[in-house]
Amino acid sequence: MLNWLIEPLQHGFMRQALLASVLVGLTCSALGVYVVLRRMAFLGDAIAHTTLPGLVIAYLNRWSLLGGAIVSAVITAVGIGWLSRHQRLREDTAIGVVFSGMFALGIVMVSRAQSYRDFSHMLFGNVLGVTQSDLIGISVVCVVVLGTLFLVNKEMAITTIDPYHAQTIGISAERMRYLLLVMLALAIVAGIQSVGVVMTTALMVTPAATASLLTRQLRGMFLWSGVLSILSNVTGLYASYYLSISSGGAIVLSCTALFGIAFIGTQFRRLPRETARDQ
Amino acid sequence: MTDCVDSHTHASCLQSEHAHAEPRWPYGGRGHRDPLPGRNAVEIGGLQVCYPGSTVPALARVSLEVPCGQRVALIGQNGAGKSTLLKTIAGLLKSQAGTIRLFGNPVGACHHRTAYLPQRVDLDWQFPFSVEQLVMTGRYVHLGWFQRPGKNDQEHVRRALRRLGIEQLAQKQISELSGGQQQRALLARALVQESSLFLLDEPLNAVDEATRDLVDAVLHERTRRGGTVLVATHDLGRLCESFDRAIYLREGQVERMEILAGGTTEANILKHSPC
Repeated sequence: MLNWLIEPLQHGFMRQALLASVLVGLTCSALGVYVVLRRMAFLGDAIAHTTLPGLVIAYLNRWSLLGGAIVSAVITAVGIGWLSRHQRLREDTAIGVVFSGMFALGIVMVSRAQSYRDFSHMLFGNVLGVTQSDLIGISVVCVVVLGTLFLVNKEMAITTIDPYHAQTIGISAERMRYLLLVMLALAIVAGIQSVGVVMTTALMVTPAATASLLTRQLRGMFLWSGVLSILSNVTGLYASYYLSISSGGAIVLSCTALFGIAFIGTQFRRLPRETARDQ
Repeated sequence: MTDCVDSHTHASCLQSEHAHAEPRWPYGGRGHRDPLPGRNAVEIGGLQVCYPGSTVPALARVSLEVPCGQRVALIGQNGAGKSTLLKTIAGLLKSQAGTIRLFGNPVGACHHRTAYLPQRVDLDWQFPFSVEQLVMTGRYVHLGWFQRPGKNDQEHVRRALRRLGIEQLAQKQISELSGGQQQRALLARALVQESSLFLLDEPLNAVDEATRDLVDAVLHERTRRGGTVLVATHDLGRLCESFDRAIYLREGQVERMEILAGGTTEANILKHSPC
């Protein structure tokens, strides 16, 4: 068993992939708590998809992919925030418009580049191909996002639970929302390397959603979300190595499997209580 | 603490009540400003407010003054402008014309002095917070950025929970509270904020009789200590016993005002705009 665990780590690319997975898991799962509590899962998915044009432009010009994706995601996040400010346009409508437009732009660029294969890693992820510079980028994103979240956690919580009270005491709920959107963009960009544009939202939403089934404490949600995310990432990585399957798909399936187990577990736990109450 | 018996002593009373340290990094980037002596709690002149994206004024030509230490009821049908007026005073809506002064200062000059209790539906009660954590958010304005609650803040929270009779619910999730318990928790939050001006939007809707009595008693207590209370309400049953004055709003304008049985001196006149 121990050999089974250690053997893949003898390869440099696996060690890098493992470290990247853990960092991405921690970053996405922490932000995912607020994504779930603020019901922003659709927004997270949209931002992930809209990084595609930025990635393509960066690739074609030999710029940093991380930089291209960050610029694209931040523009999207701020653009959605701007379009839906003051409720002139509902947020889900603004997301739908920007999301589909940006993703379509990315697809057109990919078709013009005539090299779909190069971009498949962007769409579906390949954590086994993480380079040293990618790892540095992911580490920076992780430190920035977790550090910021730690510093402004109480303000993020109060703007989520009661934006009116927050505003009355001088905390701008709108600015906190922008800050969350920018952090979301950064985390998604880190997640793309691991599971790709199409599935990054799963890293954000599924572990936090699973955590919400297991605890009713904010701190507990952060802890469970982080643990479950790391577990899914590592499991998916090993599955990818031994079964020669897509690393991104394996990681997301691990997240989903844990959610399924937790969901069924909570249903069973609830049943005896409801039966006792009915009696 | 001594009770304030007339409006002239209210300002000095407020000063002593709020003699606490300012946060190192206050929200909004502003320090806590003291109330200007001799000024009313609320002074509004020629106020006009439109909601974003609308050109129809939700409030038009509203002028009024509320002296310190008064309990004032805002009365009117749905859409009359009660909630809009409270939100504008709280700094949640911007006015297109007119002025608002709170204790002589502009809105937002001193965040800790104003406590706004929104309608209960405006809060996310599914958020994974305990009652104690929710009430603690009332202390945030005294902590500012990057500062965590300390023992002193916890003591404030304990006292407020005890006063509102929900000490035993401290660790309970807010999602499990009844309507009356939710209202008590929100009032406890306002108490730990140590505000001088309480703005309550429909606090007595769908709450039990015991909670109504308690809310009444706590608000009365605050006004005796120099606090000022503005309540948007539909509950006309307790008007005379619970309030000093009533302001009737209709279609965004002040229709009339009444000094009620509990009202103080005629000198504390609420002026209204000529509609």
